[in-house]
This record gives sequence, structure tokens and C-alpha cells, in this order.
Amino acid sequence: MRRPRKLGREVALVGAGMSRFGMFKDKDSKHLFAEAFNEMRSTVDKGIDPQDIDALYLGNFTNDFFIHQGHWGPIISDLVGLTPKPATRTEGACASSALALREGVLAVASGFYDVVLVGGLEEMSKRNTEEVTEGLAMAAIPYEVKAGFTFPGVFGATATAYFSRYGANREHLMNVTIKSHNNARLNPKAQFNVSIRDIMDQKIERATRKGEPVPEWTDEKEFLRDPKANPAVAWPMHLYDCCPISDGASCVLLVAGELARSFTDAPLYVVGIGQGSGRGLHAKEDLTYFEATRYAAQEAYEVAGLRPEDVQIAEVHDCFSIAEILHIEDLGFFKPGEGYKAIEEGLTGLHGSKPINTSGGLKCKGHPVGATGTGQLVEIWKQLRGEAGERQVPIRDLRVGAAHNLGGTGGTCTFTILERR
Amino acid sequence: MEDRPFNDISYEQFLNEDKLMGSRCRQCGALSVPPRPICTKCYASEMQWVEMRGEGKLAAFTCIAIGPPLMMKEGYDRKHPYVAGVVELEEGARVVARVEGVDGSKPETIKIGTPLRVEFLHRGEADDAMTFLAFRPV
Repeated sequence: MRRPRKLGREVALVGAGMSRFGMFKDKDSKHLFAEAFNEMRSTVDKGIDPQDIDALYLGNFTNDFFIHQGHWGPIISDLVGLTPKPATRTEGACASSALALREGVLAVASGFYDVVLVGGLEEMSKRNTEEVTEGLAMAAIPYEVKAGFTFPGVFGATATAYFSRYGANREHLMNVTIKSHNNARLNPKAQFNVSIRDIMDQKIERATRKGEPVPEWTDEKEFLRDPKANPAVAWPMHLYDCCPISDGASCVLLVAGELARSFTDAPLYVVGIGQGSGRGLHAKEDLTYFEATRYAAQEAYEVAGLRPEDVQIAEVHDCFSIAEILHIEDLGFFKPGEGYKAIEEGLTGLHGSKPINTSGGLKCKGHPVGATGTGQLVEIWKQLRGEAGERQVPIRDLRVGAAHNLGGTGGTCTFTILERR
Repeated sequence: MEDRPFNDISYEQFLNEDKLMGSRCRQCGALSVPPRPICTKCYASEMQWVEMRGEGKLAAFTCIAIGPPLMMKEGYDRKHPYVAGVVELEEGARVVARVEGVDGSKPETIKIGTPLRVEFLHRGEADDAMTFLAFRPV
């Protein structure tokens, strides 16, 4: 038996910021990180002198491939005036900045540093879809690539296994998509801050204006069932089941717990961190869950001394709609095979008992892969401090929120629990 | 009988010879397909090659409409999706492979649990020759 894991000392999160996520011709990685950094600074209630930052941990996955520039640690350190302080880049595919966060938390908890900047960035949209697909495939399992699997394909196959075992179907995936869009509509930073209904209205308006046949969808599901509006990508994954290609950056400021009140009167504490690794479709324990997520969750709950029911809201890695269903089961929020029912009943909506992806999730907020992990924490930061505006969840005494990040097809998963005290 | 190393290069060579091969741990008997140089059950590294009979059933699948250039070159596209699947072999191991002989444009006709038999798809010539693992309904 190993001894229980714990953090060496308390670590607080005292600032969080992100750029807008989207596809930008006129913004590069440095521009986006500067946006995130400036917003983070503006959220530190009592101010932060950048000279007090001891180190930078930065997540990035594909910039080497897409813009032929690696070694982003010192570039960003220089951008925000931290040189010659250390800058470390982490890579965990789509979980790259969650790994940066973990390194930052461990560095502060160990007593080595007092103030650490943690963030992530990704610049993806300057390549065409084929090139982006090829780049992301660098995080795939080689046997799956050879068998013709794409990323949506791996999640599509996961969905068929889940459907077959638990009796779910495509209609249940649509519930995830509709909810994500409803939330993102209230998030000005989201890449698609429109509801499915808004998109339908836009398309109807355009067809009417151009004198083309006007689509007659009765509701959102009929729109999502329409193969013209929502074509298949990798059945049962359709266009509206998949997160987009995005550019963006995000960052958070971590400080030693005993210093937290000198930065803000409303700090959040990083009470639980967990990380796991997982195998490909041929070798994983079971096709209907992510072993790495279960491991990460168990570790984070152990460190925090909390249970799944204590987590009041969560951002989870919905790179594809089916993934959100699996994650809310793997994190212990719902029993295996019951996640899709919970979503159907509205339990995970903004006004539900367990709001999930209030930001709109990767699907709608966008997924600049290296920026996603710390980007999720920006949402939890806003929600726990009551600063989420129109999408603020109405839970009274909201104290505990969490973020789940996944890299590749489940090869790297993390879970981070934040608490307001 | 076989002294090839237990790695992916040997695995691919066997596919070229129309053989689906795995490794069996000499200490605990655990089977791995594709082969592994280290047993992840008991951590022994003494292995032997075993050939799979090539019979299995479909455990999961997807019909891919937007695929990589390699598949598009074979004539697959949005109107003609190809099928990739996860196959549970009768020996107990699981492999990922292409699924032939099913209609990717009619996913509702493809059923989990369908019995399948192995096929070896040889593509390209000389130095470009590759063999793709595939399965087809029995």
C-alpha cells in the first residue's frame, strides 16, 4: 500500500484570464498569450507585480508542427517580461496546460516557489483542415492511424460500444450539443456563442433572403438530424458533435496558500490534483470508459478529501459529445450507463443540480488544445467567485468546482479541484 | 520457432505474410496483440510468438466520412465512408482494423457482435508495400 497523496502546503489560485478563442488571421501565439496575461492581471484583486513571479509553466502541443516553432517557454517568458526566470514547456497533447498546472502546483506545494504563472497556448487555424488533422494525429495511437481511425473516429467507435452496452443513441448526443450551445450563447469569449436555435434562425433568414428553399426544422433535434445541416464526420460523430479548430491562450496565477490574502480576499485553493495515463482501443480495460480519467479522479478526490458529490460544477473535456457523457460517469458524478440519462433530464444544464461545461465546453468555447486546460480553470474561477455574468449558475453557497482535461484519445487525463473558502 | 524481435516491425512483417501474430508471455501466459517486449501483467520479458486464428466479432465501429489522404486515395469520401472497427478475437485479445464488406453509408445496418474473419489488404509495391489488417463478416 502506498501512502495517501497530499500537497506539501496549500496552493491558491489568485488570478485567471484567457484570450477570446476562435480562428484569427491577425493574432499569433504571442498576441493571444498577451491577451490572456493582461486579463489575468486585471483579475488579481490587489494586483500582481510581474517581477514577483518566480517561474512560468506553459502548455503547448502543436506549434512545432503548425508554425514550425518549438521551445515556447522562453518566448513567452520574454513576452511577459519574466526572463531570466525559468520557463518550462509541458506537452500532453490536448491536456498540455493541465500538465503545466500540475507542475506549477507541485512546485509551489513543495515550497520551492511562492508565485508561479501557468498557462497554455495554441495557434491552429493558419493551417487547412487536412494539415490540422495530420498534426493532431501526432497524439494518436499508431495502430489506430493505420486502421484508418481519425480522432472523431476513435470517439465514434467509443460511442457505438457505449450505445450497445447501455441503450443510448444519437439523440442523446444531441442533448449534449444543444446544452453546450445554450451555455456558450452566454459566454462572450466562446468561439460559437450562439444557440442551435440561433443558428437555425440564421440559416432560415439567409435562405429566405436569397430566395432559396426555406428549411422547415421543427426543433433543434430535427436540425441536428438533417444531414445537410449536420453531416456525418465519423458516424455517429457528426459536425455538431465535434469541437472546432481554434486559436487561443489562457493562464492562471498560483501562489503559496499563506500569501493568498495579499493578492485577493477571494482566493480559490487548488485542493485536488490528479493525473492518469491510458491505452489505445486495442489494449484499454474497457471501451466504454477512460481508465486515465478514473485514475486521475481518484487521485484528486484523495488529495482533496472530497467525494464526487461534493463537486458542484465542472468543466469536462468534451472534444466530442460522447466524451462528455463518459467523463461525467468516470468522474463519479453519475453511475456508468446513467450519464446520458442525467443529461436528458437536464441535470447538467446551467440550472441543473450538476452544471457541466457552463462555458460552452470545447465544443462551443473552442479548443486551442494547449490552452484548454487552464482555460477550463478560468471558467471555474469566474463561477466560484460569482463573476460568470449571465451564465452564473444559481447554486447557493457555490464553493467547489473542478476541471477535467484529456489528451489524445484518453492517453493523458487530469482532474483538478478548486475550492473557495 | 520464430526468433524475430517482439516489436511492431516484426508485427508488420507478419502481416505482409498474411499472418496476424501476437506475443504470449512464457511466465504467466498473457496474450498481447500486437506483441509486447515486456509483459504488463507479470513484467517478464520472455515471450513466444503465437498466430491468431483470425476469427472474432465486432466490438465497436465508426463510418469515417472525412478520412486521411491515404484513405481518400482509395476512393473513400463523404458519400462513400469507410468503416474502421475494434475486433474482439476469439483468443481474447482486441485489435483495431478496417472492416470490409459492410456499407459505411448505412451505419444502422452494421451490428456490434457481428462475427468476422481476418483479411490482409496488400497495398503499394516494392518499398511502398504495406499490408492493412482488415476483417469481413463471415
